[in-house]
Amino acid sequence: MHDAGHDTGHDAGHDLHGSVTVDELALAEELAGSGITGAGRVASTDAAEYAMRLGDDALVLAQQLGMWITRAPELEEDVALGNIGLDLIGHARSLLHYAGTATGRSEDDLAYWRGEPEFRNAWLFEQPNGDFAHTIARQLVASLYLYELYRALESSTDATIAAIAAKSVKEVDYHRDHAVQWVLRLAGGTDESRRRMIVAVTDTWPYVDELFVDDELTARLADDGVAVLPSTLRPAFEAAVDAVFAEAGLERPTGRTAFIASGGGREGRHTEHLGPLLAEMQVLARQHPGASW
Amino acid sequence: MRPTRPVDAAAWRVAATVTDPEIPVLTIEDLGVLRSVEVADDGVVRVQLTPTYSGCPALDAMRDDVLLALTHAGYDDVHVDLVLAPAWTTDWMSESGKAKLRRYGIQAPTGRAAARDAGPVRVQLAVKCPRCDSLHTRELARFGSTSCKALYECLDCLEPFDYFKVL
Repeated sequence: MHDAGHDTGHDAGHDLHGSVTVDELALAEELAGSGITGAGRVASTDAAEYAMRLGDDALVLAQQLGMWITRAPELEEDVALGNIGLDLIGHARSLLHYAGTATGRSEDDLAYWRGEPEFRNAWLFEQPNGDFAHTIARQLVASLYLYELYRALESSTDATIAAIAAKSVKEVDYHRDHAVQWVLRLAGGTDESRRRMIVAVTDTWPYVDELFVDDELTARLADDGVAVLPSTLRPAFEAAVDAVFAEAGLERPTGRTAFIASGGGREGRHTEHLGPLLAEMQVLARQHPGASW
Repeated sequence: MRPTRPVDAAAWRVAATVTDPEIPVLTIEDLGVLRSVEVADDGVVRVQLTPTYSGCPALDAMRDDVLLALTHAGYDDVHVDLVLAPAWTTDWMSESGKAKLRRYGIQAPTGRAAARDAGPVRVQLAVKCPRCDSLHTRELARFGSTSCKALYECLDCLEPFDYFKVL
């Protein structure tokens, strides 16, 4: 963000911003989440990959929610989805900053200068906004999942991941509430809103499974207490979903009615929706490399 | 967590003059965002700030303002670190800060975050109107002009007002 060649050689005593500029160069590396003491903890290769998965989930979802601003059903909802997206940007910044410490890349390097196959988000997060019910169904799954995930990660043996989780869980807690209130309102509203909510749940459910798939990385990290095995989060997630759906009079797709998407986001295989999303998110940084305010 | 060592306390007092750019009546000390200030023997100042909300853009401004304030006060080598743990809570807001908020027209957090999860049922305490002190108010929108605020209206004096949410 900052130009390393910036002229700092002139008389700082007469320049209001003289010594500030110098400090800013150092501070650029100290963005939110740069470790609990600010001492710049470096992530292990495995922890960095894990943080990248979590960071990409948050970043892609934040980008999606930002697209609702000025398009939501009411002004308050523009503000709500914008606020939730902002929280998620915060989580993504912390997580990607930490992921970058392993390879010397900044959070901006990771957000703007990786191509589609290098993104590690699960497919759920890149699914299109659809109508408002689809966004709410995605928010319900995302926030209930993230709540269980961050709650478990609060006791991670990796101090940075634990700190980010403890901060984030307080925010996804009210994201959950926002999604639940809307599911109840749409399912219990008009015939049309209920129909749309049911379609949205059906369309969203194929992407639930991928969130809870264990693999070699999560197995290794879970052994060390750094990560949590995704599969262990599923019972609490499903109990939470069932409680909401019972109140809303909805059914969780199970058995033969439930398709399961093949997934592959954690290995960089994505649906056709991620490319255009990244193009929009990255275009400014790529057309004007190094630009700053 | 105002430091006790005089040399640290002097630098703390300078840092503590910085205000929240969104709510200029509150200092970062009132908010509980200023966590620690240490002046090393070689004169290097280390300041720790913690974000209120993860994505709060005001933090960048506060960080720059702390740097400016200390630089103007004659500290040459200032480092501002951002810390996430322990996570910020509105419980850290000072009583004088809460009073200033109310006078400014924003109702301060009602109740304690630490107590909220204690029982089986979350109880939302009534939010008092900062203008007429009525408890007869209602939430218009849980998400407001900044991450930390919700929008309320008073059903007695009919004025809308911001409420600083418990976190």
